[in-house]
Amino acid sequence: MGKREFIVWVARDYLKCTGCRRCEIACSIFHEGWIWPEASRIRVFMLVPGVEIPHFCAQCHDYPCVNACPVRALSVDDDTGAVLVDREKCTGCGACIRECPGKIPFLHPGDGKATICDLCGGDPQCARVCQEARFNALWVVREDKSRWGGFSRKLFAQMPEDLTRDVAVNLYGEKAEEWI
Amino acid sequence: MARGYAGKFIEVDLSSENVKDITFNDEILKNYVGGRGLAVKILWDRLGGRWETIDPLGPENIFLALTGPLTGIYPGSRVCISGKSPQSNGIIGSTVSGEFGNELKCAGYDGIIVTGRAEKPVYIFIADGHVEIRSAEHVWGKEAPETIRILTREAREILGSMWRNAGAIREPAIIYCGPAGENMVRTAAVMQKISHAAGYGGYGAVMGSKNLKAIVVKGRGPMPSVASPEIVKILLREVERSLLERDRLRRWGTGYGGYEVGARLSSEPVRNWQEEWHDEKSFSGPKFDFRYWVKRYWSDFNCPIACMKISVIKAGPYKGAITDDPDYEMQAYLGPNLGIFDPDKCIYLSALMDYLGFSGINGGNTLAFTAELYEKGILTREDLGFDLNWGDAEAFERLARMIAKREGIGNILAEGTYRAALKISEMKGVDVTRYAVHVKGVEVGAHGTRSGLDFNPIGYACSPQCGDHTSGVYDAYNDTVIVFLDSAVVCSMCSSNLIWDFYGAVTGWNLTKDEWAKTLGRRILHIQRAALLLGGPDIFWRPEVHDDNPPRFYEPLPSGPYKGKTTDRKVFEEMKRQYYEAMGWDERGIPKSSVLRDLGLEDVDIALEKIRGQT
Repeated sequence: MGKREFIVWVARDYLKCTGCRRCEIACSIFHEGWIWPEASRIRVFMLVPGVEIPHFCAQCHDYPCVNACPVRALSVDDDTGAVLVDREKCTGCGACIRECPGKIPFLHPGDGKATICDLCGGDPQCARVCQEARFNALWVVREDKSRWGGFSRKLFAQMPEDLTRDVAVNLYGEKAEEWI
Repeated sequence: MARGYAGKFIEVDLSSENVKDITFNDEILKNYVGGRGLAVKILWDRLGGRWETIDPLGPENIFLALTGPLTGIYPGSRVCISGKSPQSNGIIGSTVSGEFGNELKCAGYDGIIVTGRAEKPVYIFIADGHVEIRSAEHVWGKEAPETIRILTREAREILGSMWRNAGAIREPAIIYCGPAGENMVRTAAVMQKISHAAGYGGYGAVMGSKNLKAIVVKGRGPMPSVASPEIVKILLREVERSLLERDRLRRWGTGYGGYEVGARLSSEPVRNWQEEWHDEKSFSGPKFDFRYWVKRYWSDFNCPIACMKISVIKAGPYKGAITDDPDYEMQAYLGPNLGIFDPDKCIYLSALMDYLGFSGINGGNTLAFTAELYEKGILTREDLGFDLNWGDAEAFERLARMIAKREGIGNILAEGTYRAALKISEMKGVDVTRYAVHVKGVEVGAHGTRSGLDFNPIGYACSPQCGDHTSGVYDAYNDTVIVFLDSAVVCSMCSSNLIWDFYGAVTGWNLTKDEWAKTLGRRILHIQRAALLLGGPDIFWRPEVHDDNPPRFYEPLPSGPYKGKTTDRKVFEEMKRQYYEAMGWDERGIPKSSVLRDLGLEDVDIALEKIRGQT
């Protein structure tokens, strides 16, 4: 089986997120076999009602989480660019969370191991259900491998509070201040 | 263990601050399911023997927030709020969308039962197995935005210290009452997010009466396991597929109704239901859609429909108002029914009612009732302190704030339209109950019966949910579907014929629509009926008088293409007779002894002995 020529990335438009959280349902059914919102690799934050932020790995070009792991439990999937977690090796120390600019990884509520989006091996279920509903908050973009790293995906690895502030002002204008 | 359920309920006695877990056996869950059904069972078992003596706003009442086995699993997550209703004195199952139900189940609980009364304002905080009663003095009196902001921040801080390395901590789900609820206004709703309301029933006032500002919940566990997971996953896909085809509802919600229901169906309240027709294109759907909606698809957990839309006013004197669509009911009740045909004013008032914690339907109805009394000269500037003309948004805002705080005339109007009508009739020596558009103390939804194109003549009159437009009755058989949705606790906008199979795959218990319609659902309706007829302590309903539409629904429509039409009294009486018969109620509308006993409801039969001989 040959390697892909393109890597996948899930593009996101927070303004379009409806907060249906079907991405969390699809993600947890795919990875956990059942509906488990807090084990979903994509988690929708609603720190302000109506301002919904799907929060999940942005695959930073320099992978600070991977580099921070003291036991080398994290690696980059060559094929997709996703961060893979070796659950045998992971000690649940939380270093990957601390190094992530958006505090995106978390320790799984079941086994306590680092949990990060693996792009479902190249067919992200979150984007699939979002597209199916025609909400278009998430969609898959394919990037030429030779240009991998040329696009600042890391800018999307932000704290949910910061994203919320921006999107709230975009939607609600100056009144957003009263909500945040 | 019952599948689809978390397996336990929390009972909190606010008087003694005692918190305990309780369970219900499979027999009860099989028969009453959850939500509305289980609420009816809990309330009847605990209070049925002395129903008419229980003050809905006293410490003896029970406040319930219950999920069902399908909550969070079937599309359209909701939670059902109940208790003895301070509007009808019966039991109303009042459901509200949002993440509260699924968070609660992931925290390991199927529902919350609150008894007693706290000495000082409190809120209940739940995180997985942890339940805590916390002071709410710092949020008491606060409107929606501040309440949500403060409680969200506080909860995230506590959760962050509880759950190390859980990454960024998400917000909890919150149900709360606004200032109207705190002041025990009978039209107060239990709120979620900014504009989601469990509106009918007046349960915001029940929260207020218990000094309970909010319940905050966050769960980190999985959704409870189900009997046949693979079948549930297939059914979930199938139901979603059918819901994704509901294009009109998805794209426009009910947000085009403010024009359409009036212009096309002549069944929209206009100036306290004096008319039901308007053709004001200033109030058309596209106006709301293109000028105000910043999000055209807004959902709650597990909802592919997204019938809500977020409105924001970006220019003009009402700049900054934020609410949902408003949906049709809010458009009607805070628009044409107040003589308002300016979307700016309607959105502004919808947001205001939400922030103050009113049911926009029930509380909006009282505003219009007051304005009609002002128009007729029965209430004057001296009574109100200001003029209250149709279309005057500032005056309506002033009045709403007075009601929420029970200031001046607001103290009387805070009792809801019907109770206020009784007091004003006494005060003024003139019968104003004919202007009160309610059924058994519950202000009716924004769908009239006169044109014959919308609500059926007995829909409100014979329903145990009274004025609730989401739960009207018609044929005693299909009516029970909504009872099921309210008991499985999912959104009625997400209903599907597959729901019975879905229920079977989740719980492992077989149930057909037929069995539900003839036995289980029927039991729930009989108990609701019994509680409603027992009523009290301040008002008692007599079915021969009160199983009826508001007087206004028999006045001829004064305008529009259906001018002159009205609800046909003869048709109404005949439909009512047939409905009683189909339900197994006697000619007075009281459930027959034999029917109740066949269903195993001996205690309901015994309780009804008190009113059988009355005429």
